Amino acid sequence: MPSEHREQRRTARRLTCEEVAAALPGIVDGKAEADRRVQHHVASCLRCQAELVHYRKLLRALRQLRTDYLEPAPGVLSGILANLEEAGERGAIRSLLSGRRAAYIGGVAVATAAAGAAGTIVLVSRASARRRMPLAG
Amino acid sequence: MPPDLAGLVTSARSGDKSAFDELVKATYADMYTLAFRLMGNEEDARDVVQDAYLRAYRGLKRFRGDARFTTWMYRITANCASTNLAKRSRHRHDELDDEAQPIDVQADHNPEQQAEFGFERDRVSRALEELPPRLRAVIVLRDIYDLPHGDIAEELGITEAAAKVRLHRARRKLRERLFPTRTDVSPEEEGESHAV
Repeated sequence: MPSEHREQRRTARRLTCEEVAAALPGIVDGKAEADRRVQHHVASCLRCQAELVHYRKLLRALRQLRTDYLEPAPGVLSGILANLEEAGERGAIRSLLSGRRAAYIGGVAVATAAAGAAGTIVLVSRASARRRMPLAG
Repeated sequence: MPPDLAGLVTSARSGDKSAFDELVKATYADMYTLAFRLMGNEEDARDVVQDAYLRAYRGLKRFRGDARFTTWMYRITANCASTNLAKRSRHRHDELDDEAQPIDVQADHNPEQQAEFGFERDRVSRALEELPPRLRAVIVLRDIYDLPHGDIAEELGITEAAAKVRLHRARRKLRERLFPTRTDVSPEEEGESHAV
């Protein structure tokens, strides 16, 4: 089959250790599948096997650091909490102010409506008074 | 007994400020450690971690709860650190230079022998600190904190492909530093060692 021949020709060129070394950091965690030629090379090359072992040790050591917590300076926690407290207070003041603003606007609206209603009542009563005057005369 | 973080998150989301304070107390050492590893110094780590909790507090309603609280905090911390590093780079361009050369501290120990007896954590930590910040951020988030490439790219404001390339380079640099081989030594260095 021509495609098989092509595949054989492609795999026939052997990779150099430098080419394999360049590929190792990308495949050491096993998340990406290694090229078959890289696999073949590593299987038969002690130098590249040693290099792969180094990368695996490096990865293990890095994962161990995950549970290694540094001791933060005593002021760090109080600094974070104070910062949050301040943000909380600012938020409360903002909501208080926006609540007051809403109350103020509401009050103005009510007062305007009340004034309008009162004005209407006055006008209506004056008009009815004018209508009553000729009868009185 | 470790605190029930999920329960604290639920209470904090419904407005219980003291529950959020408890979340901070339970996780701040972890976040500080990450911030320190990303920033490389105590002062910046302190700023980053304060900023991260403030952002988390303001954005708590957006936390969907499908990830763990700590993982969500790692992402926020990484984002704050990235912002901080970007600000810093405007003042000191050399900090973000990927090609910055670390100082050589490998002379007085035999890496092969040390590897036989297990890694010294402080050696790894020191080697990490000497990496350029751009490379350090990616390897810390991927290989220590196990964040996916996509999340790392998003928080650092880079493409996923760029995150993978940086990870690759960071691993190679650390390997060269902790397990130097003959091919890692430049001809000049080799000449010097022969001359001695």
